[in-house]
Amino acid sequence: MTAAIELQEIRKSFGNVHAVRGVSLDIEKGAITGIVGENGAGKSTLMSILYGLYRADAGEIVIDGQPIDMASPHDAIAQGIGMVHQHFMLVDTFTVLENLILGVEGGPLLAGGLAAARAELVRLAREYGLAVNPDAKVADLSVGEQQRVEILKVLYRGARILILDEPSAVLTPQETDQLFRILAALKERGVTIVLITHKLREIMAATDHVYVMRQGQVVADRRTAETNPEELAELMVGRKVRLELDKTAPHIGEVLLEAQHLSLVDGRGVRLLDDINLSLRAGEIVGIAGVSGNGQSELLQVLSGIRRPTSGRLVVRGRVIEAHHPSDPAEMRDLGVAHVPEDRLRQGMVAAFQASETSILGYQDEPPFRRGYLLDGPAVGKHCARLMDQFDVRPRAPGLRSSNFSGGNQQKLVLAREMSREPKVLLVGQPTRGVDIGAIEFIHRELLRSRDQGCAVLVVSVELEEILSLADRILVMFGGRIMGEVPAARADERTLGLMMAGAQA
Amino acid sequence: MLPLINIALAFVTVGIIVRIIGVDPLHALRLLVVGAIGSSESIGYTLYYTTNFIFTGLAVAVAFHGGLFNIGGEGQAYIGGLGCGLAILALDHFLPAWAMIPIAIAAAALFGAAWAAVPAWLQAWRGSHIVITTIMFNFVAAALMVYLMVNVLIAPGSMTPQSRTFTASGKLPQVQEVLAAVGIQVAPSALNLSIVLAILCCVGVWVFLWHTPWGYALRTMGHNPEAAIYAGTNLKHMTMLAMCLSGALAGFVGVNELMGVHQRIVLDFPAGYGFAGIAVALMGRSHPLGIVLAALLFGALQQGGAELAFEIPTITREMVVVIQGLIILFSGALVHLPRPLLQSLLALAGR
Repeated sequence: MTAAIELQEIRKSFGNVHAVRGVSLDIEKGAITGIVGENGAGKSTLMSILYGLYRADAGEIVIDGQPIDMASPHDAIAQGIGMVHQHFMLVDTFTVLENLILGVEGGPLLAGGLAAARAELVRLAREYGLAVNPDAKVADLSVGEQQRVEILKVLYRGARILILDEPSAVLTPQETDQLFRILAALKERGVTIVLITHKLREIMAATDHVYVMRQGQVVADRRTAETNPEELAELMVGRKVRLELDKTAPHIGEVLLEAQHLSLVDGRGVRLLDDINLSLRAGEIVGIAGVSGNGQSELLQVLSGIRRPTSGRLVVRGRVIEAHHPSDPAEMRDLGVAHVPEDRLRQGMVAAFQASETSILGYQDEPPFRRGYLLDGPAVGKHCARLMDQFDVRPRAPGLRSSNFSGGNQQKLVLAREMSREPKVLLVGQPTRGVDIGAIEFIHRELLRSRDQGCAVLVVSVELEEILSLADRILVMFGGRIMGEVPAARADERTLGLMMAGAQA
Repeated sequence: MLPLINIALAFVTVGIIVRIIGVDPLHALRLLVVGAIGSSESIGYTLYYTTNFIFTGLAVAVAFHGGLFNIGGEGQAYIGGLGCGLAILALDHFLPAWAMIPIAIAAAALFGAAWAAVPAWLQAWRGSHIVITTIMFNFVAAALMVYLMVNVLIAPGSMTPQSRTFTASGKLPQVQEVLAAVGIQVAPSALNLSIVLAILCCVGVWVFLWHTPWGYALRTMGHNPEAAIYAGTNLKHMTMLAMCLSGALAGFVGVNELMGVHQRIVLDFPAGYGFAGIAVALMGRSHPLGIVLAALLFGALQQGGAELAFEIPTITREMVVVIQGLIILFSGALVHLPRPLLQSLLALAGR
């Protein structure tokens, strides 16, 4: 094996946090190398060092046998390293071609650069099977196509080594498969690929070789053909992990929340929600699957009272809420509807607040937190400490700023807050986004416990595996509509994937 | 540590400028300090200015915690004073001081709040940006006051645009009178009991922001409006609340100026306190304690600067404004300028 890149004893600390502690690994030339690990294991930091975004405190980067001083992404690009970020760095209103030449315009006038880029694009498309219409606006492309533009951008800059950071986060299973075919084609042509992911399925499907990282170190290095998901999961977490949940049969009760012909049209006339009908019953978990951006966020917002539907109505525990007389989030809370929002940093908490303040968000007007005109500080602190105990939030510091907790602990805190009021209906968006495997297991068990206590739970997630393992019934959304319902027992990734792409059940 | 370094940097810069216009910087500094805190009279004036800065600083801070940039403190102070004055002109012949004073203070708060409520309403329901509307309302307030003073409220037979003098019940006791009553003699100054109101406001703002559900909701809105919506807070109502409180606090400048000092409604009494409040809140990190400290600094500069301008003719009033401006620049815009230097110094010291 020849190594395209050798990392030797790389170290990096941020203050007291040792993000990467002495990592050595070889990236094999012309192969696909996977790096897996939980959030915070140091994978992204390591790749940022390789791409010149951070400087290592110690250690050496050797490319094709030459030690390289990687001071900025310029050096990385000069070495033929390209990075495809998790969040696309594209200008929506530009065409594919214009995006392609961004930063490498090639002279004061665009015409020359554009013509050269067009020729190059045709060549790349032919060579790697990466067909994209050069004159299409990026905003009009599907997410899968946008990702292709990102890959093209990197190749256009002459990259021979491609780093992909969680590339499948926004894709349907079918689009992911397509991505992997593209990666295989790139590999055929001698491109070296590094794939960072936390999805074991993708490691197994796409890579030749995999490094497992935990707490800033490489803990294992395997040929993909010689390992299995169970072993990798155990290596990632450092203990045995049960990927399967034990789920008892649901005891289904009365309907607690019902949506009838809900529609939501935005200011530009786009139908974000289109005639949604669904019912949530006590004691069941209903999963909403779909590629992100197909109306799931809006559905959660309408069900929790944040956004007013344009038409249709909601029936919450017998109470009818019409579109022309909508409810607000405070009223929905009073009706026993709790909501764990998709984006906890933007909605579910206030980053600058202490954890104890975050632990009463939305309930600040209720006893025991409010006494007369004042907030009862000690009661709030005690409440937060109790939530932290029950949900194992670390560190147990109610006075610490909310933003100083890791993603998983923030999510546990928000979940604890919403579940502590013993809601009748629990709406959960992306329960485990950015949460590590250990915490995922915990959060899933808590959601199941809630269900078994007679709560009606709605789980919206872009992680199909999560929906499949949690839900009793699965609804698939596409383009603001519910494409169909599948009982969990009969669901599999293929049929759900087709529905997620818009095929009728 | 950092704010002190920022102020020191500002003073060094000022010293260089003072040197350039041919004055010994150390001599000027001595005059400034003596002028601000050299005698019980000068301390009294410093505290009197400080009172105004506390009111406007708190006003900006309350709105700022709600994510609203209230540039309209000047106009709100002006109209607050109008309310205070109108209440006294209407009632001072009938009411004793113990009834007149609370009513006048309430009127100042009410008028200040009302003047802030219009931009707040425009932002909450119509989407007009509050920075723009509050600035415009400063001009509207100034024009309105000139009209009222010249045409309506002017004392009969007077040549200057000012109202008749308030009767004794419309006068807020001076601090030196109160102290004299308990046997402490201090030199007379403009300092009056408004400073007690200012301190009560500091405590009140602190309790409100950090110890009531409404303050909690207001801060949530300021830090993260989406989280506030999620929590069920009505942002429109909360915007109104934040701005009305802010306007009421600014309106108290009128209490200090008219009831405490002028004893009548006059023109131009806000004299830039509303704008300086932005700097005070910025320097005080929008916390009541910090605002008191920043207001003390600004009050001392105001008083010491006046003395300085009096003693050294080449240093004009405008020069004092330059000093204030530099402090704002260093503690606001350039606040992190010395941080890397400080960190490397600390690292060196730690070695």
